[in-house]
Amino acid sequence: MATEALGWLGVPLAIAAGTMRGGTPFLLVSLGECLTEKSGKINLGLEGTLLTGAMTAYAVSYLTQSPWSGVIAAGLAGMVLGFIHAWLTQQPRVNDVAVGIAMIIFGSGIAFFLGKPFIQPSAPQLATLALGGWSANASVQEALRISPLFIIGVLLAPTLTWFFKSTRWGLFVRAVGDSPDAALAMGISIAKVRMLSIVAGSFLAGIGGASLSLYYPGIWSERISSGQGLMAVALVIFARWQPIQCLYASLLFGGAQALGPALQSIGITQGYYLFNAAPYILTLAIMIATCSPNRKISGAPGALGTSN
Amino acid sequence: MNTTLTHQSHTEVLVPPELEVVRMTKKFGHLTALDDVSLHLRPGTFHALLGENGAGKSTLVKCIMGFYRPDHGDVIVDRHSRTIDSPRDAHRYGIGMVYQHFTSVPAMTVAENLVLSRYETSNFINWKQELQALDTFMETAPFQVPLSTPVSQLAAGQKQKLEILKQIYLKARILILDEPTSVLTPQEADEVLGLLRETVTQGRLSVLIISHKFREVTAFCDEITVLRKGKFAGTGLVKNLSIADMSEMMMGERRQPKPVHKTTHLQQNPILQIQQLHAHKDNGAEALAGLSLTVQSGEILGIAGISGNGQRELVEVLAGQRPATQGQILVNSEVYRSTRAEMYRHRVYTLPEEPLRNACVPHMSVAENLALRTFDRPPQSKAGVWLVLKMIRQMAAGLIDTFKIKTPSAETPVGNLSGGNVQRTVLARELSSERIQLLIAANPCFGLDFAAVEDIHGQILAARNQNVAVLLVSEDLDELLKLADRITVMSEGRLVYESAIAEADFATIGRSMAGH
Repeated sequence: MATEALGWLGVPLAIAAGTMRGGTPFLLVSLGECLTEKSGKINLGLEGTLLTGAMTAYAVSYLTQSPWSGVIAAGLAGMVLGFIHAWLTQQPRVNDVAVGIAMIIFGSGIAFFLGKPFIQPSAPQLATLALGGWSANASVQEALRISPLFIIGVLLAPTLTWFFKSTRWGLFVRAVGDSPDAALAMGISIAKVRMLSIVAGSFLAGIGGASLSLYYPGIWSERISSGQGLMAVALVIFARWQPIQCLYASLLFGGAQALGPALQSIGITQGYYLFNAAPYILTLAIMIATCSPNRKISGAPGALGTSN
Repeated sequence: MNTTLTHQSHTEVLVPPELEVVRMTKKFGHLTALDDVSLHLRPGTFHALLGENGAGKSTLVKCIMGFYRPDHGDVIVDRHSRTIDSPRDAHRYGIGMVYQHFTSVPAMTVAENLVLSRYETSNFINWKQELQALDTFMETAPFQVPLSTPVSQLAAGQKQKLEILKQIYLKARILILDEPTSVLTPQEADEVLGLLRETVTQGRLSVLIISHKFREVTAFCDEITVLRKGKFAGTGLVKNLSIADMSEMMMGERRQPKPVHKTTHLQQNPILQIQQLHAHKDNGAEALAGLSLTVQSGEILGIAGISGNGQRELVEVLAGQRPATQGQILVNSEVYRSTRAEMYRHRVYTLPEEPLRNACVPHMSVAENLALRTFDRPPQSKAGVWLVLKMIRQMAAGLIDTFKIKTPSAETPVGNLSGGNVQRTVLARELSSERIQLLIAANPCFGLDFAAVEDIHGQILAARNQNVAVLLVSEDLDELLKLADRITVMSEGRLVYESAIAEADFATIGRSMAGH
């Protein structure tokens, strides 16, 4: 790597690059989960959706030689899993979290099973936008290769904010998630709104999977997600269910993930595994900081996780 | 489109429609909730619908709004018989209802809630235009609520105003209010009703209000219609009626407590002492505001009051379901914190309201539920670890027999039993101990039939006669007058009236219940 040429400056650069690379799946999954949770349902199964998306994107990209077909296919695969989750969780006396865990196992199982033949071959990757052309330094250029999926995610955050504020459907989603009784009194179909929110959220998570296998790290393996889908769920809580804050939180998690490799690149190998564990430690720390037996977290949709 | 609509509403001053209910009957199974009831709401008047709990007021307005379909009778709007099948139909005839509970979405702002409540909204909301229209609407509205504040941050009074505004925003000309002031302070209530009164006087609105509070009726209403036990009990102009007339219409003749056999106890000592107790409601508002009382052994202390004045929270604190924020509870002069050990030591037993939710494990069997107090002690348990199932079954069989619990078997889940039998199961468990000292009962006969009520009253009296101290919280004044030795009235989290049953003054009790 050319990072040595920059010395210590390479660390912030590597973290910035890692933030945008590693943050993309967090961003897409957390925006999807944000939409889902705003409607009052939790979808823990996005971890499985992420893996299925990653596998589907890689396989379709390899088979059709078109990475964008892979991205679309990943989204569609996510929607199928989302539909199953939405249908199951809206049955009487079915618990969101239990179904979510089942969907993690189902989604990853499907991905591993169908993905076996695609571990070896290499699929065409998504073209990146080179924003580092102004610099002569190769490592700067390398760091500023941005995925179009990251750009999509960044644009999606304000779009979702606008959706929740200024569209009829956005108001419906929030009403259903916060006060189903009030929504019913206004003649809104709770089942329909939740179904669409969960399916749309899973579409985004599927695309998040595509960014794993077609951009960074850009391979398909069974350990590609390493719990990022679950962390994204925690991240939504951290972001207080605000899409824009999901963006910031995703960048933070992406950066935390890049810490270990960045330090390693300048030769600091002590505590490598400890630094690699940074995102997990961050998740735990957030959970501890935000829990309280006496009060609800501000911003939480009122009906989140209740059984109606 | 929106601007033109808003424009119309304040240029043409429409007279509100005339609403008549003619000989309406509504049955739920064997229960006749409404029996041949008529009501006439004249345009531009403030009309009160009075009656005790369960008199059929809510059923009547729900029939008008199209939630229920009446078995007989007509709703007549502007001299035409109308079929109203849903609140949306009612909205078409200009009738809007404000419910007892809030129907706004807490996380949304006032403006968002108003726009959301509209039946026709465009897919994209032009907030600039909407806010302009809402500002214009607010200028002519009877009261103002800040548009950009999230509903969760509004005080109860403002939330109630928003509920009413929502109906006016939807162009309701007849407003039906279901106990709109039950969650408000007297000041808030006066403000809301006063401003509505002005709008009515201007001839822009008719109001039909369900209320218990005579003060509000005499201050704001023109006319009343009274229901009693599902039947029409009278109507008249408020200016021709005194409070005594109205309460007599509501409760029927002044009823004396039926003679019941009460033994006199020579020596009584205080069992339960509550000192300056404070507690919060679920939403953090004050439920108990420095409540103090004492219950002696061998007496029944009755607490009367309209629901929502802190009774539920009081019983929850005593049962250990809710923490007290201040004050203390003494049982046998020792501090009592409702732990299982203390309940056992002081022999405290509770018969809470909604027993299936508060005192049973619905999926567990009748036998297991009957053993909830005793399963960890001999003879039902060895060393507090091993359960002796034979003893549990034996005791259950005995109790099922003595308390006449109708259940297919002792193994049936208690949730499968009827309300009366669930109540009996809990009563059996709570009264089975030989050495019971304190019994706390809340609305023990709610929703039960006559025979079950007599039975449960008998059990409570028998306990009292065995020198048990009984705290009886009830919304049924007759029940209290029959059973209690002393009667108190709870209002806004404290006791506002107390008297021995012999000297209890019916009119004063009614007035203090209504917040006088």
